[in-house]
Amino acid sequence: MKPVLGVAGAVAALFLTIAMFGTAGWTRPPLAVSQNGFRGTGMDQVESRADAIAVKAENVAPAPADPAEPGGELAGKTYENVKVLQNLTTNEFNRLMVSMTEWVSPEQGCTYCHNTENMADDSLYQKRVARRMLQMTQHINSTWKESHVHDVGVTCYTCHRGQPVPANVWFTDPGPNATSGFIPRNNGQNLAKPSVGLSSLPYDTLTEFLGQKEIDNNVIRVNATTALPTGKGKPIQAAEKTYGLMIHMSQGLGVNCTFCHNTRAISNWSESTPQRVAAWHGIRMVRDLNGNYLEPLLSTFPRNRLGALGDVPKVNCTTCHNGVSKPLNGAHVVETYPELAGPVVAEAPTGAAVPAPAPASPMPASPVPASPMPASPAPASPVPANPAPDAPKP
Amino acid sequence: MAMLSFEKKYRVRGGTLVGGDLFDFWVGPFYVGFFGVTTLFFSVLGTALILYGAAIGPTWNIWQINIAPPDIKYGLALAPLKEGGLWQLITFCAIGAFCSWALREVEICRKLGIGYHVPFAFSVAIFAYVTLVVIRPFLMGAWGHGFPYGILSHLDWVSNTGYQYLHFHYNPAHMLAVSFFFTTTFALSLHGSLILSSTNPPKGEVVKTPEHEDTFFRDTIGYSIGTLGIHRLGLFLALSAGFWSAVCIVLSGPFWTQGWPEWWGWWLNLPVWR
Repeated sequence: MKPVLGVAGAVAALFLTIAMFGTAGWTRPPLAVSQNGFRGTGMDQVESRADAIAVKAENVAPAPADPAEPGGELAGKTYENVKVLQNLTTNEFNRLMVSMTEWVSPEQGCTYCHNTENMADDSLYQKRVARRMLQMTQHINSTWKESHVHDVGVTCYTCHRGQPVPANVWFTDPGPNATSGFIPRNNGQNLAKPSVGLSSLPYDTLTEFLGQKEIDNNVIRVNATTALPTGKGKPIQAAEKTYGLMIHMSQGLGVNCTFCHNTRAISNWSESTPQRVAAWHGIRMVRDLNGNYLEPLLSTFPRNRLGALGDVPKVNCTTCHNGVSKPLNGAHVVETYPELAGPVVAEAPTGAAVPAPAPASPMPASPVPASPMPASPAPASPVPANPAPDAPKP
Repeated sequence: MAMLSFEKKYRVRGGTLVGGDLFDFWVGPFYVGFFGVTTLFFSVLGTALILYGAAIGPTWNIWQINIAPPDIKYGLALAPLKEGGLWQLITFCAIGAFCSWALREVEICRKLGIGYHVPFAFSVAIFAYVTLVVIRPFLMGAWGHGFPYGILSHLDWVSNTGYQYLHFHYNPAHMLAVSFFFTTTFALSLHGSLILSSTNPPKGEVVKTPEHEDTFFRDTIGYSIGTLGIHRLGLFLALSAGFWSAVCIVLSGPFWTQGWPEWWGWWLNLPVWR
């Protein structure tokens, strides 16, 4: 009896050990490590060299289109119904249209957004969304330049990667049994969702922390600020929600917690890395984009583009970052597309035909910018009466 | 120093691993031996280096003294003394002292004619330490991955290294190690309470025999592992705790770089319910 038990135990242990190593995701040396804290603090980013090469290859910025020939008429004069880019020259405008097609709908082509019978037609929702997305891109590259995107900037490709719907958008997660009538009693957690790295943490932290633009600035903060308790403090559920958001950020940026924090005192700014400041602004930026650019598109999107609860697709850190700390490996993508760097205003010598910018909503559902910064939508100029239905051909 | 009555029969010549009769003598109650001398050498040198490191550091606060490993950029090379070289020398001395002590234990075992259980057990502890400061840094390509020597600083390293994998409690080998640590302390507390209660009977009762101890546990949990078995079990539990600790940290980095919660994807992907 005893030897049998012994052998059975040894076999079971052996199989468990083999099973442990036989699962997916293992790597091996050599590693590619970067240190981002004082030596010996363990503040390092750790990945295998093979993974680092693969991730880098997945995030290569596309080559910019050849520069447009200078001069020429403004697009707002040449074409009808140009509401955001009317102050570009026609050449610049067409160059951007071609690039956008490559960035967003390379397979579908111009017809993904345009009615080829009449390129000025706004009947396709994709075109109305794209217009708002152009404004959003300009808004990101101008309003959020100093605090978050810096010289790297974003183009459509940063998120879209050649797909009409970016791979990493998110909807509010209603949880299990949302439609069956049974009230889920899992406290919104313990479901091993990818949004929290398969941990048991609350899986719908994004709705609360990134989905609302009007939110208490301290809602993510759960650490006590005094050594001894002075009040009731925040419950452990709040800490788990914050932890869930932080795991999302780690996953989205392909970094670990020590990229921003010295975990001996996670909340302490003086012990954190400079990246934490960028991340802090990034959280505000995402709320701004979701609240001011995506939520207002609710009536523009068709039902099949909405989430289970009828909410718009929203952005989070992963949407742009796609697993790297600097999107597209930190390439300065906006440098070659200055028209995306901010709302384009008419240049004095060439833009004589354009009247002074009058802030106006180009779209019925356009929101009021919440930030105090000048985030007004591009000035709408009168549409030229001259019908010019010919359109950019990618 | 007085010698215990039975001690004389253990003070026998021979059994040394190197050097023959060299250092094969006792100072008071302490056996010296070749490895006793090397232990002394490495521990005195290492301690002196730690004191030197503290002296050139910013504080004498015992909690905050920190002797940190080199920057990652030095890789597996030697670093300047004040930028981690000290850590490298101290690590060398520590391993020298620990291994010398284990070998001295071996020599004593040979003199006593007993098994090598004690040096083997100590070797597992040394293995766990060497895994942390040599094997894992070597696999990761830089001595800078070792932990710093300092009461608080090494805890900070543990915290950050755990958070490198987002949630270290999901590390399966860490789970095993933690379970073994709890089990070994639990088993020790059961065994200790049994021995204390059987050897300290109430007034008027006699000291209990192993038969009584066996009966007590057979009555309570249906099984008694016995007087010898409990020590084998204790050794197994304790060594497993140390062994899986070493495994859990050597996996983290060289062989697993994602968050540990994601390792459990295989469970979610079992064909039964995927």
